[in-house]
Amino acid sequence: MPTAITRDEVHALVARGAQLVDVMSAKEYAEQHLPGAINIFIKTLDAASTVQLRRDRAVIVYCYDLQ
Amino acid sequence: MSPRAAWRLESLGFTEVYDYAAGKADWLAWGLPREGRAAQVPTVGAVARRDVATCGLAERVGEAKTRAQAAGFEACVVVNARRVVLGLLRRRELDADPEAPAEGVMLAGPTTYRPDVPAHEAGARMRVRRVDALPVTTPDGVLVGLLRRADAERASAAAGGGQG
Repeated sequence: MPTAITRDEVHALVARGAQLVDVMSAKEYAEQHLPGAINIFIKTLDAASTVQLRRDRAVIVYCYDLQ
Repeated sequence: MSPRAAWRLESLGFTEVYDYAAGKADWLAWGLPREGRAAQVPTVGAVARRDVATCGLAERVGEAKTRAQAAGFEACVVVNARRVVLGLLRRRELDADPEAPAEGVMLAGPTTYRPDVPAHEAGARMRVRRVDALPVTTPDGVLVGLLRRADAERASAAAGGGQG
């Protein structure tokens, strides 16, 4: 079950090697994103697009806000 | 949509998935580092003066004025012990009775900016409203610094924004 986390927990997890995934569109990602985040648009999340993610490391997803 | 994305990743076999639900809006509002095109645009957080003069509610206006002048400001931000912004003493308030407590003359609940607001936007708004300086705070109201309109306009011009 995915775990909801706070900003401080993002810092801690990234420091431990977690992967950040921005699930907004490529245009929104290009505008601005969290340092080190990669972009996989939510509509393209599938086995092929996630090949670039390591399965032995935590993954943090985010979009713009709570909506 | 991040919860759906997190669940989708789980369905794809990822076993340690976290959802930063507050997302980019939260990150940026705290003035944290960012990458991308917009990262080149100066923000209020980058331009705000961190060495702004502050005072407590009970401090006398005369003391606040002396502190503000020593720091080179024409304003003093009224904060509590946690540095949460409660009010602002602008030039007109600083010229009030020097024996009066800040609480009695301050502009209560002043407009504030979040650190991620583009400096040129803030500068333009401040010009229209004839505001010389406004506090910049984190989302929980803690003082980051004081944004001076001149600084915002200067940063905008230097970055080629030109909209300030």
